[in-house]
Parts: sequence; C-alpha cells; structure tokens
Amino acid sequence: MSHPIEMQEISHLRRLEAESIHIIREVAAEFARPVMLYSIGKDSQAMVHLARKAFHPAPLPFPLLHIDTTWKFRDMYAFRDRFVAEHGLRLIVHRNQRALDEGINPFDHTSQKYTFALKTQALLQALEQGGFDAAFGGARRDEEKSRAKERVFSFRDRNGQWDPRNQRPELWNLYNGRIDKGESIRVFPLSNWSELDVWQYVQLERIPVVPLYFAAERPVVEREGNLIVVDDGRYRLRAGEVVRPRRVRFRTLGCYPLSGAMESDAVSVRDLLAEMLRSRHSERQGRVIDHDEEGSMETKKREGYF
Amino acid sequence: MAVAVREIEEQLLIRTGKELVRLVIIGSVDDGKSTLLGRLLYEAGGLYDDQIAQVRRATRNGDPIDFSLFTDGLKAEREQGITIDVAYRYFETDRRKFIVADTPGHAQYTRNMATGASTADAAIILLDARLGVLPQTRRHAAIAGLLGIRRLAVAVNKMDLVGFDEGVFRRHQRELERFAAPLGFAQLSFIPVSARLGDNVAEASARTPWHRGGTVLGFLESVETAREDAQGPLRFPVQTVLRPHLDYRGLAGQIASGTVSVGDEVVVLPSGTKTSVRAIDSFEGPLAQAFAPMSVVLRLAHEVDVSRGDLIAHAGAAPVPRSSLEGIVVWLSERPLDPRRVYLLKHTTRTVPVRAVAVKSRLDPETLGRHPAESLALNEIGNVMVQCGRPIIPDAYARNRATGAFILIDALTNETAAAGTVGELAAAADNAETGAPRIVAVEDVASAHEVERFLSGEGALAAIVRTAAAAKACAAAGIVAVLVRRPGDQALPDDAMAVDLRNAAWREALRSADRA
Ligand SMILES: Nc1nc2c(ncn2[C@@H]2O[C@H](COP(=O)(O)OP(=O)(O)O)[C@@H](O)[C@H]2O)c(=O)[nH]1
Repeated sequence: MSHPIEMQEISHLRRLEAESIHIIREVAAEFARPVMLYSIGKDSQAMVHLARKAFHPAPLPFPLLHIDTTWKFRDMYAFRDRFVAEHGLRLIVHRNQRALDEGINPFDHTSQKYTFALKTQALLQALEQGGFDAAFGGARRDEEKSRAKERVFSFRDRNGQWDPRNQRPELWNLYNGRIDKGESIRVFPLSNWSELDVWQYVQLERIPVVPLYFAAERPVVEREGNLIVVDDGRYRLRAGEVVRPRRVRFRTLGCYPLSGAMESDAVSVRDLLAEMLRSRHSERQGRVIDHDEEGSMETKKREGYF
Repeated sequence: MAVAVREIEEQLLIRTGKELVRLVIIGSVDDGKSTLLGRLLYEAGGLYDDQIAQVRRATRNGDPIDFSLFTDGLKAEREQGITIDVAYRYFETDRRKFIVADTPGHAQYTRNMATGASTADAAIILLDARLGVLPQTRRHAAIAGLLGIRRLAVAVNKMDLVGFDEGVFRRHQRELERFAAPLGFAQLSFIPVSARLGDNVAEASARTPWHRGGTVLGFLESVETAREDAQGPLRFPVQTVLRPHLDYRGLAGQIASGTVSVGDEVVVLPSGTKTSVRAIDSFEGPLAQAFAPMSVVLRLAHEVDVSRGDLIAHAGAAPVPRSSLEGIVVWLSERPLDPRRVYLLKHTTRTVPVRAVAVKSRLDPETLGRHPAESLALNEIGNVMVQCGRPIIPDAYARNRATGAFILIDALTNETAAAGTVGELAAAADNAETGAPRIVAVEDVASAHEVERFLSGEGALAAIVRTAAAAKACAAAGIVAVLVRRPGDQALPDDAMAVDLRNAAWREALRSADRA
C-alpha cells in the first residue's frame, strides 16, 4: 500500500517539482482569486499537473484560463476540451471579441499588433473581468534572455504592466505576495525548469501532450525560412507558395500561422529527448513572433503579455 | 549509429538522477563576471547553436568570441551598459544541474547579492588580479558568510594581464584568507583564472604549473551542497489546509527539514497541541515516510485546530515559539528603517505584525567592525532586535536556513524592506523573561481577549484556550494559556492563576505573578 522511499538524496527533477508545488500552494493560500493560464502547450501541461499534485485529493482551487486567439491548431482545441473534461477542470476561455470583430488577424497585421490585441489585451480583459489577483504562467527563465531576471512572483501595476525596475527582491522561498487593490501578480512556478527538464518530467509522469509535438506528415508551406503547417482553409497562400506534405513537429505551439515547425522523425517523448540531446537549438527560434525586433519579448512583457 | 543511440540512452538515464546545485557568482563591474559565466555556459554545453551564432555575429571579425555577450540581459541595462539586477542562468554537467544567480556589482549590490546568496549552496567571488583584494571584495565575502554560504571559490581573474605570476596570486590569497578567517568558511578555494582565454575555467592551465587547486568547473562539480537536512529535526510549516470533503483534512506543506513517518508523535506549534501522524498523502498514494524537501500532505490523528502558518515538529524536538528575536538584517528598501513605520514579518508560511525593530549595531562588511546605529539604510547590514505582535517558531539560521530566515515587509507600500537571519536563540522561552504565569483563568471570552492583548503587549506569547488540556499543552510549549472557564467548571489546573477583570489591579497582579 505504501510507497517505499527510494533514496534520501532526491534528483533535481523531484526537487524542482517540490519547489513548484510549494510556489503554487503559496499563491493559492495568499491570494483571493488566482487563475492559471493554460496555453495547451507542454509547459502548461506540466504546470497543471503540478497544480493537481499540489492539492490532491482536493480539486484545483482555481480555474484555468485559455486566451484564445481563434488561430490555434485544431488539434489543440480538441486536446484542450478532452483534457479538461477528463480531469474535471474548470476552464475559462476568453477572446478579445472586439478585436476579432474588427478583423485583426495574423495576415493583415504585424505580429506586434496581432499579439497586442488578441493576446495581451485579451489577457488583461480576462483578468479584469474575472477579478483575478494572481495569474500563473508556464514561462521558464531559460527560454529567453530577458526572462533571466524574471521573479517567481512578478509584480504588475493597476494596468497589468510590468516595470523591470520595480520588482521585489526574492530571498529564500519567502515570497512577498502583498498587493493593493487592483494590482496583481504573475507567478511562474516553472521558473527554474529547462526545456529538457519539462520533457523529462512529461515522460516520467506520463503527462499527456498535444500530438503536434511529435513528427507526422503535415501540409507544410515554406515562408521566410519558416515551415508553416496549413491547419485550415483560412491560411492565405502567396503567389508561388505550394503546400507539400512534410514530416514535421513543433517545438513550441501557438497560433498556427505564426508557429514554425521543424523537420523531425521523433514520434515519442523519448525520441524528442534524444533529438534534443543531439542538437541544441534554442526553443524560441520556432516562434515567428519573437523575431521582429531584439528584445521584443521584453516590450510585450512591459505591455502586459506573459 | 548504434553507439550514438546507446550514448543517448545513457545520457537520459544520467539526467533523471542529477543533483541540483545553486550558486551565486559575485564580482564588481569589469572584474570579468559575464565573461567567466559565458565561458562556463559555453564549456558545459549550456548554450544553444543559434545563441552561439548570434554572439559570433556580434563579435568583431578576428576577435576571440566575446563570452560576456551570452549573459546579456534586459533592454534597459543594455542601453546603460550595466547589469542592474539578479539574473538566473542554467547549465548542466553530467552529474549536476546548476542554477546560477548572477549578481551585478554597483550601488544596489548588497541587496542583489543577498538575494542571490540566500538560496546558494556555494559562491564564486571574482577579483581582478591587477587590483587585488578591494573593499568590495571583502564586502562580497562577508555577505556570503552572513547569508550562510559555507563554501567559496575565489577566482583571481585576468591572470593573463599579470603574466600568470604566482607571487601576485599568493599575495591576494593571503590577504583574503586573513580577512575571511572569522567568517568561518568550511571551504575557501583560490583559483588563478583567465576568463577571457579560458585558463583554469574548465581545464587546468599549462601557464599556471604552480597551481594545484583545480579549475572553476572542477570546484562546481565537486563542491558539497548545503542541503536542507533530511537527518535533522522535523520542521513542517503548514501552507494550506485541504478539505475536499468533511472526512478529509490534510495539511499541505513542504518539509523544511527532517523526516516524518506515519505514527510519529508530533506537536502543532504555536498551540503546543500534541497528536500523531495518521497518514502522509501524495498524488501517487499514501507514503510511509517523507523527508525534506518533499512537498506532501499530512493528516493528523486528532481533529486539532491547525491552520496556515502553524508548524509541525516532533514532540521531543520541537522549537520554541517566540515573539522576540535577535538577528542580522540586510536593508533592501530605499526607505530606511523607520520605527514609525509598520512592518510585517514573514517567516516560513507565517506572517505576523512587527511591534518594534531596534537596531543594536551596524556591521561594516568591509572591516567586519560593528558601529552604533539608530537606523539602517538601503544596502546596510545590522544587528537588530525584533518584537513581534504574534509568535513565530524559528530556529537559528546557522542551524536551519529554511526556518531561520525571514523578510520584513513594509505594511504600507508592500515592498520587501529587509531580509533577516535569526541569531542563536536562548534556550528559555520568552515567557520566562516576562515573568507571566503559565495559565491564566478568566470568566468570559471578552476578558480572555483583554488579557491576551495585555500579555502580548508585555512581550509574552499568549493563546486563548477552552479546555484544561489545551492550557497545559500551551504551558508546556512556553505559551501563556488564557483559559476561558465555562460556568460550572470548578477545577482549575494546579498552576493556573484566576484573574477577575473587575479587580482594577489585575494587570499588576499578572505582572508580578511568578516573579515571587
Ligand atoms: N585580459 C583579460 N580581460 C578580461 C578577462 N576577463 C574579462 N576581461 C575583459 O574585462 C572586461 C570586463 O569583462 P566583463 O565580463 O564584461 O565584466 P563584468 O562587468 O564583471 O561582467 C571586458 O573587456 C572583458 O573582455 C581576462 O581574463 N583577461
């Protein structure tokens, strides 16, 4: 019935896990209305898994929030609905309907404008509507240079904005979660995890992930050096562009017209890990969205994006 | 191909069992910290191909790679050309995953360094071989020591600019060793380095044949980690109480130290209630035993009153709740310590109001001298006496970093005003000093609150209880029990003192009680 203790010195993954659970519980205990951002990606899957562990056998004491641009892969929507139903999770889906009505889309608008309207603004709307004072995000510090200084508790002002100069020092595991009315924090329980850690954890814990992470033959068009999977009829092909079946997978998932795929034969988490250990390429490269300008992630963060 | 597959399998296997090591790397501006760190990341394979390509593009043709560009950070500081905050870097070797707190050297330095050092197992301090031990080098070593870092490597950098001269190196070594002696480091390694050229970073340099002390990476690979002690006394701060249904009441928390087993006799603090562990729950199922640093859920044998901020310890090895403590704080706020401001103290999962913070002395980290002081300003370090409005349950920082650390929060601005470490604790409970009786019996709840307020004002720890058994448990834990007697309750515990608030002299009576 009881599990034996395998070792007195626990591995770095178990240590990271224990730390993340501690963070998630601190937020649930100290904030009135937390919410967990859920992007359907592997980091979100790992984060939700950690949250379920943190409160087991009680249900999650907060809902999940999906900021939906309407441009995610169909597989992602299907996976999301199955996943929340299976585990009885509360899910809020929010779209910036006004921006969608105005026709903001990833083809006619710059990626800054698109991201600002359908992600940043949508997120701020959802947080305000829900009256949420703490929002968990699955970002990791090793993802991108400007994240290296991100706190675990990232303080946001009344407009949901982030001021790099006005962040609280974080010592030990003593997080200062005190805020005034209207202020909020973003919390990053996976701060100290690397991409490899997340994948290894997914494997260790048998966490389900969207099949798009694994190689399969998919309809691909090549645009500006990126391999774009044409997921539905809305994609606007330019003259001369042809869609060809190619064996690809995604390293990160987002809006399909803005996600770059990579050629690969990896069909399991084990294969993925093997591929990653063989070739090292930083993960955000596949995100078309970050390439517009150096330090662009930081600009988005200042505006309120995760 | 077959060989490659086997290698990957091996690497994956190794990766599941890596050890997590936290470091802080400290240097003044231009000592070469970014260069050293960039080279460590590079040598340990912690950089991605596209990152390397990007830095190669940014390096002028013909120059060696500028390794410092790898650890480049936020836009604001790129514009100013300085690093302004603590950044965290990650890399791994076959045995270990490293989390490196990269702390910059300028005005906000002490604050950043304290932040980075608070969680570090070990530190690397850089100094420029041409400049030697500067006041800030001493400051760095002192803060590392105060924050509980026991293992330190000193990288004497830019050895190429002093011709890899042994005499220069030894002079710096002797000087810093002399200064650091009172700081009690368990390990103090000196390494002659050229971060730019790679000497003694990952591989032993042929240009320092006189050096036998290993490389920077060698230090990182072998340094003993400062783990929370699974062998030590049990400390389980309760984070939150899980109540999925009426029959389940689980205490969620991360074990700060020690090991807990089903059936163990435990005490809930500060109430002092004794019970035992009925079950240890985890997502995977019940456990027979759990140890630091696991995050688990405990269920107790009795329906005792437990909430966030309480601490579970073994009955025979429980800490004493205290409302006053002595410690060392690093002031983190731009607003100096001000007795008129209201502060909160956060210790483990417990936040209590602070009644007073009195500065006993200011510490000069460059000389280790103590000076009289009334207040502390940003980046200053001082010995303080803190009086809390409600008890906390601390250990000395030297014995337990998790239960010996606290922060002070400015209640008005919400900013984190200071970071503190608890000094050695007197064996006796506070209440012995205040001379209050151990159990005070009153007739009604309103009186109980009045008495409790008064006792707290006197610096005693007091709790309101309703049964003689709870009163005794409190008394045993060093807390004054204010027992509300129910009508018809005749028997008072032996050592109880009955107080009637209609008697105007009740305060005096309480004050002088037990002193006789
Ligand atoms: N000659 C020499 N120059 C170095 C060495 N390490 C760093 N530098 C140079 O010293 C300057 C400051 O280095 P940097 O790493 O940016 O210092 P930081 O301010 O401590 O991060 C740069 O010009 C480096 O190229 C070294 O070992 N030898």
